[in-house]
Amino acid sequence: MRFCRNLVMILAVFSLVLFSSGFTAHAKDTLKIGSILAVTGPASFLGDPELKTLQMYIDEINANGGINGHKIEFVHYDTKGRAKEAKNFVNRLIKKDKVDVIIGGTTSGNSLAVIDIVQRAKVPFISLAGSIKIVEPVKKWVFKTPHTDKMAAEKIFADMKKRGITKAALITGNGGFDKSGRAQCLAMAPKYGIEIVADEKYDNADTDMTTQLTKIRSTDAQAIINFGFGKAPAIVAKNIKQLGIKLPVYESHGVASKKFIELAGDAANGIRLPAAALIVADQLPNDDPQKKVLLAYKKKYEAKYGPVSTFGGHAYDALFITVEAVKRAGTIDRAKIRDEIENTHGFVGTGGVFNMSPTDHLGLNLDAFKMIEIENGNWKLLY
Amino acid sequence: MKRLSGFLLFAALCAALPILFPDNYYVTVVGLTVFINIILAVSLNLLMGYAGQISLGHAAFFGLGAYSSAILTIRYGLNPWLAMLAGAAMVMALSYILSRPILRLKGHYLAMATLGLGIIVHIFFVQADELTGGPDGISGLPVLSIMGLPIDSDIRWYWVLCSFMLLTVLFSLNIADSRAGRALSAVHGSEIAAQMMGIDTAKVKSHIFVFSALIASVAGSLFAHQQDFVSPESFSFFFSIELVTMVVLGGLGSTFGAVIGAFILSILPEVLIVFEDFEVLIFGAILMVIMIFLPEGLFVALKNRVIHFMRRSQGGA
Repeated sequence: MRFCRNLVMILAVFSLVLFSSGFTAHAKDTLKIGSILAVTGPASFLGDPELKTLQMYIDEINANGGINGHKIEFVHYDTKGRAKEAKNFVNRLIKKDKVDVIIGGTTSGNSLAVIDIVQRAKVPFISLAGSIKIVEPVKKWVFKTPHTDKMAAEKIFADMKKRGITKAALITGNGGFDKSGRAQCLAMAPKYGIEIVADEKYDNADTDMTTQLTKIRSTDAQAIINFGFGKAPAIVAKNIKQLGIKLPVYESHGVASKKFIELAGDAANGIRLPAAALIVADQLPNDDPQKKVLLAYKKKYEAKYGPVSTFGGHAYDALFITVEAVKRAGTIDRAKIRDEIENTHGFVGTGGVFNMSPTDHLGLNLDAFKMIEIENGNWKLLY
Repeated sequence: MKRLSGFLLFAALCAALPILFPDNYYVTVVGLTVFINIILAVSLNLLMGYAGQISLGHAAFFGLGAYSSAILTIRYGLNPWLAMLAGAAMVMALSYILSRPILRLKGHYLAMATLGLGIIVHIFFVQADELTGGPDGISGLPVLSIMGLPIDSDIRWYWVLCSFMLLTVLFSLNIADSRAGRALSAVHGSEIAAQMMGIDTAKVKSHIFVFSALIASVAGSLFAHQQDFVSPESFSFFFSIELVTMVVLGGLGSTFGAVIGAFILSILPEVLIVFEDFEVLIFGAILMVIMIFLPEGLFVALKNRVIHFMRRSQGGA
């Protein structure tokens, strides 16, 4: 009998949950865009501008009457950067909210975790993360807008070659972005005739990297490459300065935010990195096709929220690639939207000019990256 | 039969839900997470609630099961069931070897040792990238099938996980009422007294540790196949803490307490999501209120109150 009473309670809780939750109606005429972003947690500096960008432009599109009359309904969940949550929320977006397109997956880990689900459910997914594994090999329903780590590695090595550097030391963290970047650096170096003479690693939560850097100092490396994001690269930069290492330092596009310069302070000066053109928009020549788009985005974002970062730009690209695809498709049928995303051609975004194809679900080439040097605490466009 | 009437009702409820609400997101999608968490909380309760041995590393065994399945099926092409068995055997052996030295510790030291175990295993998952895929994890596990029937839809997974969950609950209920269960509660009460009564406390503790790890490992294998993806985050130290919270929230030492605790902690975030930014705040507040006013655990406290009330009303009549 005792358990019977217990069971009544279990029943009560169960039914409460079931009935209080309610069901969201899926109106036919609205385009439902779902997003999973790491708005809080260690990757919040990526996810936060992404969310703000999406919200700002979706509000604007709706205020102007939507896309061909289709209003956009925006459903967003915060993954806190955790793959498990990303997976749960994508399930929720697909099975409960029944969205038509998903934009998000701020980090590579989050994006890779949800690929299988979107592939099975046949929902177009535009990832905002860096890893090349997301679109290589090509998956039918998966696209991405940010430059890949492979491109970053190539851009860095191309610059090294120009400067006559043949031996480089690598120092990377233990995050998904770091590891993927490290693998690409190791794979791409021989192509540019560069030898990796040191391959040091740190934990992204570490507060001091002098041990690894001292080891690098003892090699005959002519330059240091640090692949990472968050506060770790800033610590690396500071430690390099403290140790008095005079070698040229390369960072990845993962640090292309003012936050990095703030954290690294003086130590940031002289560091080179490949990054999207957004952060040097006003230094671009006037005939650059991207300049207009970049300045417009920058102005709009900064008027509302403060300094832009390239990460919000990736969300801008993903949103407008979707919007253009829906316009061309003339319907909100998922399969047709997917086909049109794949047909994206000559789309001028913040990351570059996108030309997608059935074999290329990113659509950017190496020119989309600019080589930038930090000078007096500011970005300076090199080429 | 009377002893198991509660279990039977619970089983009937679980079976009725997908039939009544076949397309409900909360039943067929969230339900799967709830079942996995119930299995883990109940298995942890065996160790924490019955034997009184705290473990902050339960997620490690869960993770080892999951990774064994993922690695053995994908990298070595093993049959999923064989991989699950191999994983379970490996976890059993590991937990047995660890049990003696670890369970000799008490209180904070035991907590530290299990915590260390959890963290070491997690670091292994992150760093051994050739084997584990590193922070990106592994995806693309083969589909599990039972007698030729592929388990490839939410509803089929519901039945599989539900069955395993019910088995675990039944096992846990039975242990409580067995000689082994009485030995465990004797160890919980006082280890010295238990030894005086002729109980080999080291053996009893190590057995329950191994059992608890074994269940977690199988749950891990099922989780890996259901999610079709494993990554180190799912098995971090924080998840171990979450499991401990589930057990304590429902009521330490009660099987249905663990069930309720797991249920609440898995479903609450899903329901509270409508509050967006305040979600975490409300979640924390609910946990605090429960622990302040019902420190013995939600389920145990409510049960005691109901029993107390029934007795009083019977006495008055």
